[in-house]
Amino acid sequence: MSFPWAKEYQPQNGVTKFLDEKLPLPRLVYNAVGAGYPVPRNLSYFWNFGVLAGFFLVVQIITGVVLAMHYAANTQVAFASVEHIMRDVNWGWLMRYTHANGASFFFVVVYIHIFRGLFYASYKPPREMIWLLGVTIFLLMMATAFMGYVLPWGQMSFWGAQVITGLFEAIPLVGPPLKTWLLGGFAPDNAALNRFFSLHFLLPFVIAGCVILHIWALHIPGSSNPTGVEVKSESDTLPFHPYYTAKDGFGLGVALIIFMAFVFFLPNQLGHPDNYIEANPLSTPAHIVPEWYFYPFYAILRAFTFDFILPAKLWGVLAMFSSILVWFFLPWLDKSPVRSGHYRPLFRKFFWFGLIPTMAALFYLGGAPAEEPYVMLSQIFTAYYFLHFLVILPIISSIERPDPLPFSITEAVLGSDKKAVLGENAEPAV
Amino acid sequence: MASTTGNAEATPDVTGAVEGDDGVRRRDFINIAAVSAAGVGGLAVVYPLVSQMAPSADVLAESTTELDITTLEAGQSIKAVFRKQPVFVRRLTQAEIDAANAVDVSSLRDPATLDEITQPGHGDVLVVMGVCTHLGCVPLGAQEGENKGEFGGYFCPCHGSHYDTAARIRKGPAPTNLAVPEYQFTSDTTIVIG
Amino acid sequence: MIRLVGILIGLGFTFVVLLAFVTGAYTAATEDVAPTAEYTFYEESHGPEAGYSFDGPFGKWDLAQLQRGYQVYKEVCAACHSLNYVAIRDLEELGYSEAQVKAEAATYMVPGVNPDTGEDELRQALPTDYFPSPYPNAVAAAAANGGKIPPDLSLMVKARHHGSDYMYNLLTGYQEAPAELTQQFPDFTIPAGGYYNPYFASLVIGMPPPLLSDGQVTYADGTDATISQMAQDVSAFLTWTAEPKLIERKSTGWPVLGFLLFATILAWLAKKQIWAAAKPRRED
Repeated sequence: MSFPWAKEYQPQNGVTKFLDEKLPLPRLVYNAVGAGYPVPRNLSYFWNFGVLAGFFLVVQIITGVVLAMHYAANTQVAFASVEHIMRDVNWGWLMRYTHANGASFFFVVVYIHIFRGLFYASYKPPREMIWLLGVTIFLLMMATAFMGYVLPWGQMSFWGAQVITGLFEAIPLVGPPLKTWLLGGFAPDNAALNRFFSLHFLLPFVIAGCVILHIWALHIPGSSNPTGVEVKSESDTLPFHPYYTAKDGFGLGVALIIFMAFVFFLPNQLGHPDNYIEANPLSTPAHIVPEWYFYPFYAILRAFTFDFILPAKLWGVLAMFSSILVWFFLPWLDKSPVRSGHYRPLFRKFFWFGLIPTMAALFYLGGAPAEEPYVMLSQIFTAYYFLHFLVILPIISSIERPDPLPFSITEAVLGSDKKAVLGENAEPAV
Repeated sequence: MASTTGNAEATPDVTGAVEGDDGVRRRDFINIAAVSAAGVGGLAVVYPLVSQMAPSADVLAESTTELDITTLEAGQSIKAVFRKQPVFVRRLTQAEIDAANAVDVSSLRDPATLDEITQPGHGDVLVVMGVCTHLGCVPLGAQEGENKGEFGGYFCPCHGSHYDTAARIRKGPAPTNLAVPEYQFTSDTTIVIG
Repeated sequence: MIRLVGILIGLGFTFVVLLAFVTGAYTAATEDVAPTAEYTFYEESHGPEAGYSFDGPFGKWDLAQLQRGYQVYKEVCAACHSLNYVAIRDLEELGYSEAQVKAEAATYMVPGVNPDTGEDELRQALPTDYFPSPYPNAVAAAAANGGKIPPDLSLMVKARHHGSDYMYNLLTGYQEAPAELTQQFPDFTIPAGGYYNPYFASLVIGMPPPLLSDGQVTYADGTDATISQMAQDVSAFLTWTAEPKLIERKSTGWPVLGFLLFATILAWLAKKQIWAAAKPRRED
């Protein structure tokens, strides 16, 4: 893997030499995120979000392990144990608010990461495997987040669990017994809470494993870049360290400022007030909504209100799962020879004026009450969502005539100024 | 860095700044400062992560125990709970006090007189932790009819430690006398432990 | 092949969702959906005019106000509403001394066990106890209140949008149903045991107006106990019960943000400095 001009790790002293022989971990790090990984020199700030996603995964695992030291997964005491964390545990409120808002920020950065991939068609060959692993990570995140939201055992926890497991009921024949099996009962109760806790603890480590595979797969072709033109020579790249470590460090600082502003000053802004009411199986909240990061998919679920051959509910469930599963097929649906949206005029229009407004609308509509005009609007945007990925994208990728591509990344960076030359590839003073 | 060969002349243009020792130092300083700031931030995060494992407010609030010993008669004991551990409060009979005082203190494994163990003015009230100093079992002898051991105080059944009427170790593996918690009499009949 | 199947599936989903859209649009066009009374007459909470001392990023508790609010809770609300997640020892945060809290605890009776017989009995509360519930269990609470359980108040402020404001408006918002309401919605009736309150989501609340007259509570600090004052004070107190670490949180936040800003500026300078070497330049 990697390019022939990639720098080779040179152990500097006895200890690193010993390690390099016995367990070349420093070499691995050097080649993965160190000076040994040549990266296109033209990455924009949109390429920061992969590292940020990794950071938030770590934040979630650390704060999650801490919270698990104080949380009790039993319907009798779960809610009270969360209050115990908030009131009595030293810095417990900070741990919980960081974890709760960390989930939201994890999704924010992952959504930006995904839509960066969509715009620059990073899923195209040779990076299909990276994309497939990414979509898998996203699905695991959704499962983890859903189960985590059940744990405080508030009203939204309970009714969210009720609604989401109820989705499986729509599956013909096996649906109802499947739901009962998932819950270990007929409604969310102790059995469900305990298994959700267990899986909520397990899945982040599965995600971490997938992230390692994701990064491994990335290092085979190397990072994509805003032009979509593959790396041709050494002048197209810069070593990851120090260039991108510095850039990622700055991006992390900005992300942390926004994140901490939420944790300390608006910690409940992204949550739902009803989850501060203990779960009550006999009283349904006025309207049940998932966490905001599920809104687009919730909007798609609710858009199907008409029984056409299959019951509307089943259509909704199929559409909701398909709306994510369709991402798996993007590398084969998009046949354009050009990757980057910058050089694809038609694709670009549909992306900015079709997909992005649709996602924004679905984000809004998923949180809106199930009444008109919201339902009708979600139906329009759901239709566009499927048309975009399954119809428009395959067709425009065949018919559109891409703009001329720069010959190389170097050329793109230099622009039209014939006298410009690249800065040296020398290592800067560190 | 080592590999700046061939680029050395280009460096002044690269930074666009006045080059020289000062320039190099200023740039190094920024990098060192940035990395140090990250380090300081990382260390600051460790503080709440470590401190969350210390006793929480509800646990600390339960760290004192108040006992009313009005009804405690000579020869009787009460077993209370102090910080989730048993504590024995016994009103000694005159015979027990005499027995304790008759011992030659210098012959003891953990020398202490009864007066040192009890509080002035309350020489007949013996307050000790019900935790054997050997391996932490709960000794017998606080309740009516339990084995009080060879010296009439407490007896730990785990490995046979015998404590006398002043809860001093007399025989068996325990290294020290039963521990005396911090306590005080807030009135003649009220003890606050902790 | 994948693309052909994809297009078919895409068109399929689109067709079904558009069918749903058409039927929905048809229904919307043919059936009049009258606005509901709740929709028209519900009022957003706005809180007391002066706001609260703990509002805003630099807010602080007004301990005297919290103490007054506690008095209102104890003398008015506690008759029906529990405060399950708050321990009596927490009152020390309101500025009471340890001895005062101990004396305060002794005014409450909590369920205990007779040490001699083992029978259930009430005992005097200790600071480590939690505020006792006014009812022994949910069934008793429902039975005593026409089938509706008075909710626990510990977290009520966080369980409502703009909870501190909501609490104040709810307590002061009891009124006669406006005439336009009954004109516009002749079907709207206030059931027996219900009270009109435009700040309550369904407009009709089962709780009788708890704050009836000025001077209902005699404040220890001599503050004039108007209804508005009592409502503000108890709302402030319930904000504290819901989020006791509110002020600690905000005051920790500033140094954290300050440090992050500083570190981020350093990171920016370091990044700029490092990238200077790689920037394209003109060869003149």
